[in-house]
Amino acid sequence: MTTKTLRTGGLSLRYAPRAALSGAGLLLLALGVATVLVCTGDFPMTPREVLDTLLGNGTPVQEFAVLELRLPRVLVAILVGGALALGGAVFQSISRNPLGSPDVIGFGQGATVGALTVIVLFQGSAVATALGAVAGGIVTGAAIYLLAWKRGVHGYRLVLVGIGAAAMLTSVIHYLITKANLTDATRATVWMTGSLEGRDWTQFWPLLAVCCVLVPLVLGHGRALRMLEMGDDAAYALGVKVERTRIVLMASAVLLVAVATSAAGPIVFVSLSAPQLARRLTRAPGPNLAVSAVMGAALLLGADWIAGNAFGDRQLPVGVITGILGGCYLLWLLVSERKAGRI
Amino acid sequence: MSGRQQQRLGAESVTLAYEQRVIARDLSVEIPDHSFTVIVGPNACGKSTLLRALSRMLKPAQGRVLLDGQSIHSMPAKKVARTLGLLPQSSVAPDGITVADLVARGRYPHQGLLRQWSPEDERIVQESMESTGVAELADRFVDELSGGQRQRVWIAMALAQQTPLLLLDEPTTYLDIQHQIDVLDLCAELHENQGRTLVAVLHDLNHAARYATHLIAVRGGEVVAEGPPSEVVTAELVERVFGLRCQVIDDPETGTPLVVPAGRQARAGRRSAPGRTGEAAPDPTQDPAQEPAQESGQAPALQK
Repeated sequence: MTTKTLRTGGLSLRYAPRAALSGAGLLLLALGVATVLVCTGDFPMTPREVLDTLLGNGTPVQEFAVLELRLPRVLVAILVGGALALGGAVFQSISRNPLGSPDVIGFGQGATVGALTVIVLFQGSAVATALGAVAGGIVTGAAIYLLAWKRGVHGYRLVLVGIGAAAMLTSVIHYLITKANLTDATRATVWMTGSLEGRDWTQFWPLLAVCCVLVPLVLGHGRALRMLEMGDDAAYALGVKVERTRIVLMASAVLLVAVATSAAGPIVFVSLSAPQLARRLTRAPGPNLAVSAVMGAALLLGADWIAGNAFGDRQLPVGVITGILGGCYLLWLLVSERKAGRI
Repeated sequence: MSGRQQQRLGAESVTLAYEQRVIARDLSVEIPDHSFTVIVGPNACGKSTLLRALSRMLKPAQGRVLLDGQSIHSMPAKKVARTLGLLPQSSVAPDGITVADLVARGRYPHQGLLRQWSPEDERIVQESMESTGVAELADRFVDELSGGQRQRVWIAMALAQQTPLLLLDEPTTYLDIQHQIDVLDLCAELHENQGRTLVAVLHDLNHAARYATHLIAVRGGEVVAEGPPSEVVTAELVERVFGLRCQVIDDPETGTPLVVPAGRQARAGRRSAPGRTGEAAPDPTQDPAQEPAQESGQAPALQK
């Protein structure tokens, strides 16, 4: 057996040692990168100084750098990465297709249309833009679900409908930008790159609240989701409430992705790549939800560090880095799926 | 029908429909406890639909399916899954899953978030793999197995569910003749040794006649006949249900009814010509290689 069991009294927890180890390793990696990110910048600090500052013994400059600038940004990165990856893992599992990822099937684009509508048509505030993104993501999610639904959502249907929706939404995005005046267009373009620049506590708290509700909900349905991967009939036979499980999970995933996008803009390819990377690392069948989430956080933190440090003085938005990394990954995925005869 | 005594599973004047398309109207069946019931009928007669209804995957538009006296659709899903197992026609083995892990998934209805794996689960999974002859494959990946082995693994998973009732939707489809017999032998063994009630949909009437203890013949959404194969399978019934002229002779191996389709010329002509059909007697479902193993009737000839 590739799994081990923890038992106390009548309770038992089953886990795959390799998956647990991978998860722990990724967690350490994420914490390491987060520490580096908090320590570096225009005003370098030692981990010791950061710790002192966190405990309330720092100078005002240190406090400003850590508590106002770097810490919220790192925390937002962790939550956004985790939420995107978890949403991706759920969708890839439900569609039984590694391409069935929110950023491929149009949710990112939907959120962008929502945000741009607010920016371009209403000149809305940052908060209104964020709400617009959430609304756009949810509406897109519902529309794609309804269009792809035919007595249950099926893998390729969802992917094909989603890719179609993504293409249409992309043209709406371009249309909105041509409609905009220069200031709005600049703002829209900046929003669209996906960035952690200047993210602070106002992005963090709502994100944390949503994650606190949805992450346990999704993880709690993880076992049912694993049964669903064997097909609806097999899951039914095992006593899974198939449609209900799927709706709960899809709605949660859409919300997670929409809220993450509203906080940091459409950061592409984290949803797509994190679950697959997690899967290759754990070598465990099934959706690997928890490990995927940690992988997403680590990926986004890593991409943020690269964006800030790898190009000399030039700071790049993190969305550019995930785009480049993820694009390479997508190519590799397409080639290997083709070799395996799946597309 | 089979008396007033309530069986564990049955359908009570159900109307079965997919959206607007009605498959069966006012259909009632009872599955005799501890039987190996086989549902037969021509393509699109509603036999798989009936099985889906019995396994609560299809909700009847009218009427109800009863499990232990309760409407199956009002029972909690996991509770049903602890009483009634189903081997669906198409299941997908997740990429990179081992046989043991797949069989272990059969324990799902007995588990909870805080009770994920008990020593009992462990034991039952092991037993299920042993009784289906896949124990030595435990650490192999399911994708590497042959069709016949894979079907045994799925049956093992259904067994791990430990349900007194087990439904099988065309368990022999896509298997070659040797593996078909192999799977049916396994079913017969489960029925005889473990006292489970089995309900299967089968395409092959001769397999059904040989293995079933109770046969339900369905046509156009109606039960045309039911009972032990020796009473049900007659030339007249086969013609009525399948629209095929034939002779029914005794299976030389088991003495169960054996359907021998009338020869092409005989069916084309007005009357049946016994001489011609007699010549056509060697039945395609009789694999000579299997005969010695079948000598003692139902004797299971499993492990190889």
